[in-house]
Amino acid sequence: MNEDELRAYVQEGGQVESGDPLPEAYRKALVKFIEMHGNSELMGVLPEREWILRAPTLQRKLALTSKVQDEVGHAQLIYRVVEDLGKPREACLDDLLAGRTKFHNVFHYPTKTWGDVGVIAWLVDAAAIISQKALLKCSYAPYARIMKKICWEESFHILHGRDVVLAMMTGTDEQRELVQEAVNRWWGPLMQFHGNPIPAEDDPMYQWRIKSQGNEDARQQFLDGYVPQIWELGLTVPDPKLRKRDDGVWKFTEPDWDELKSVVTGHGPQTEERLGLRRYARGETEWVRRALLAEAA
Amino acid sequence: MIWEVFRQEREGQPFQHAGSLEAPDLVFAEAYAREFYGRRDESFALWIVPRDALHDVREPYVAPVFDRDYRRVDGYSLKVKLKEARERVGAGHAPPGEGGA
Amino acid sequence: MTSRAEELLTLADDELILGWRNSEWTGIAPFLEEDVAFSSIAQTEIGHARAFYELAAQELGTNADELAFDRDPEEYRCAPLVELRLVPDWARTIARHWLYETADAIRIEALKSSENEAVAGLAAKIDREEVYHRIHADMWARQLRASPERGRFEGAVAELWPYALGLVEGEQRGQLCSAVGRETVDAVERGTHTEELRPLWEEMTMVRRSVAGAAW
Repeated sequence: MNEDELRAYVQEGGQVESGDPLPEAYRKALVKFIEMHGNSELMGVLPEREWILRAPTLQRKLALTSKVQDEVGHAQLIYRVVEDLGKPREACLDDLLAGRTKFHNVFHYPTKTWGDVGVIAWLVDAAAIISQKALLKCSYAPYARIMKKICWEESFHILHGRDVVLAMMTGTDEQRELVQEAVNRWWGPLMQFHGNPIPAEDDPMYQWRIKSQGNEDARQQFLDGYVPQIWELGLTVPDPKLRKRDDGVWKFTEPDWDELKSVVTGHGPQTEERLGLRRYARGETEWVRRALLAEAA
Repeated sequence: MIWEVFRQEREGQPFQHAGSLEAPDLVFAEAYAREFYGRRDESFALWIVPRDALHDVREPYVAPVFDRDYRRVDGYSLKVKLKEARERVGAGHAPPGEGGA
Repeated sequence: MTSRAEELLTLADDELILGWRNSEWTGIAPFLEEDVAFSSIAQTEIGHARAFYELAAQELGTNADELAFDRDPEEYRCAPLVELRLVPDWARTIARHWLYETADAIRIEALKSSENEAVAGLAAKIDREEVYHRIHADMWARQLRASPERGRFEGAVAELWPYALGLVEGEQRGQLCSAVGRETVDAVERGTHTEELRPLWEEMTMVRRSVAGAAW
């Protein structure tokens, strides 16, 4: 199939497999999109892993370790798909650590308190799951298949997040303050998360049906699902303009698209520190990977 | 080395392809397969196969040029003959077990 | 405190602190598949710690979280071996993992014959889960020994051997020597904590202490 034939085919709901001959433009778009997802799962581990060590109960420690473990697992699943499309895992890591490829904005920000742990698992993961559910229908079948496992595992994460938040919201004033403060800090990145409101038809990822949902659509879905949950706990959202119109559309202060662009191109507050930790760990364990390869050879 | 993992969700069900992973040998592959496809007790059993041992067969058989309806259910039309056979029995011949000795 | 409670706390503290140290690898292990596997091991250790704490808590009239987090560092009964910060050294991490699993197998086996039913029952359950840990530790020990990097691993085992001996007592030390294939040396004994425990404890309890008595 040439590009036009493939576009028509996937827009009718058709899927392709790894063994099928893919037009180069489609293959490149797939690698770019899926690689960024893999990078995001990998980098997403870093804001959370330090809180495993600080978890205030044994139950929370276990739950958070399990959640982070799932995310590492997702990175593995995703990079395997990219590798089967022609780009090896090590090349992906090289590019990520050299700042040549991107990962989602939310993972460039610091986590400051246990309030962040709850808010990330509840709201950031919720935003991610909306995008991920849309990928279940991806035109590239191997990716659609791993998304099924990923979405299933993510369902535990949101429950965990909500449980952490509810425990604090029914706790002391100080605990409630931790949650509100975290919501205040994360709201901006959350609103930017789904990307700028490019019409779906103009988005190549949508044209190829790699994504099956436009950015603004995803954002509206997030607001519809989660603003009521936020408000019902007595929390506020730091946007005076946020409201739902009579026609069901959520209105809000225009997110800072310059900030989003700056952050995803490597200028977030924690970007350099986190990439630095990855580089360090990778360097220190290089001998292990060589030792395994030598034995297998 | 890449290994393909097949999982059986419940006893007796078919093994279905679950994913792939990288491991230097079978012992490692087994350890990792358990983790990825069993840590939530979601699989009853797993098969692990080196990717090289799998062969992708795209068109399972020769494109049928000649009619092979003898291999399919729709290749058999019994209605007419069955009607004829039943009518033959109904016209004066007693069913087995009735009348007679 | 009875000697049984002391023993349970010793086991619990070993598992908690080792699980904590092993969790330091989550997200930065040598490769992704191993990251997931090692994280399960850390979780299982913390799960076992919880089970031991719960048993001790029944006797001491408290709960597992209070025992795990609300004691002073000096009150913990963990062995120096588990306190050592080994990240990002995979050789020493695997050496500790392998030595610890070998020693733990010996003491769990003994516990399975405990006259206390609850302790014996718990030891049997833990033993079943530990099978996987032992397979994992043996797998890595074999792999590293057969590789060009065997020196790192053997060096790490030699370095940590005195600490490993300190995990067990009496005739279990002889059993450990046989299992590991090494002669006995002066052990790094329990009873004196390393300098590493206090900073670990401070990080481990910082959220919990931030709002004293709160539910999380």
